[in-house]
Amino acid sequence: MALKGTRRNDIKLIAGLLLAAGILALFLHFTRTAGGSVRIEQDGVTTAVLPLHEDTRRTIEAESGTNVLVIQDGAAWVEEADCRDKICVRQGAIRYTGQSIVCLPHQLVITIENGADTPFDAQTH
Amino acid sequence: MDAKKVARYGLLTALALVLSWLESLLPSPGIPGVKLGLANLVVVFALYRAGWLPAVVLSLVRVLLVSFLFGNGVSLAYSLSGAVLSLAVMIPLKASGKFSETGVCTAGGVAHNAGQLIAAVVLLGTTRLSYYLPVLCVSGTFAGAAIGLAAAELIRRVPDRF
Ligand SMILES: [Zn+2]
Repeated sequence: MALKGTRRNDIKLIAGLLLAAGILALFLHFTRTAGGSVRIEQDGVTTAVLPLHEDTRRTIEAESGTNVLVIQDGAAWVEEADCRDKICVRQGAIRYTGQSIVCLPHQLVITIENGADTPFDAQTH
Repeated sequence: MDAKKVARYGLLTALALVLSWLESLLPSPGIPGVKLGLANLVVVFALYRAGWLPAVVLSLVRVLLVSFLFGNGVSLAYSLSGAVLSLAVMIPLKASGKFSETGVCTAGGVAHNAGQLIAAVVLLGTTRLSYYLPVLCVSGTFAGAAIGLAAAELIRRVPDRF
C-alpha cells in the first residue's frame, strides 16, 4: 500500500514540524528575560536606543514613511503607521529581550535588548 | 514548445496571478511572513502534472509579475527567497516518493516562511528575529497542509489532457 505509506509519512512530517515549533516556543518562553532598552533600526542601521523604563512617544520618520513608537510601563509598541499592511501596529506590545516588531514596508526593526544588567533599570526609580 | 503548451502555461500563470491578487485582499494576520500561499496551489499542480522545470518557471514568472503589479523591489526579494526555498524543498521531497502532495506542500509552506525570514534577516541586517520562528513554522505547516490537500484534489480531478 504505497498510499498508506505516504500518508503515514505526511503525518509524521506534520507532527515533527509542530513538535519542533512547540519545543522552540517553550525554549524561547522559559529563557526570556525582561528587556532593558529598545533599539530602533532602519535599513539595518541603528538610529536610536531608548530606555524601556522611561515612558515616551516617538515618531520615527523615514523616506518610506512614518511609525509612531510608544514606550510605556516597560513595554513598547507601534501605535500608528502609514505603511500599507499595518502589520507593525497589529504585532502589539513587546517587553522581553530579543522580541522585535518589524515593519517590512518601512524597513524598520524595533528590538528589545539586554535585560537585568542594563543601567537604565536602576536609574528610573 | 508547441502552441498548446504555451497556452496551458499562460493559463496557469494567469491563474497563479489571480490567486496572488485574491490573497492580497485577505486580511493579514499581523505577523510578517504569515500567508496562506494560495498561488502555491498552481505551482504544486504544475509540479505534479508537468514536472519540476515548468513549476520553477511558473513560480519565478509569478513572483516577478506580482512584484511588478502589486509590489516593489523589497517585496520581490521576500517573495523570491520564499519561492526558491519552497521549490528547493518540494522538488526533492516529491522525487523521493515518500510523501503525498500534502506532505510535499506542508514542507514547502514551512520552507517558504523560512525563506522569507532569511530574506528579512539579510535585508534588515538583524539576526534577532528568532521569536518569529515558532509562529512561522506552525503557520507554514497548517497553510501548507491545507494547500496540499486542495492541490491533491485538483491533481486528481482536473482531466489528464490538461
Ligand atoms: Zn508597518
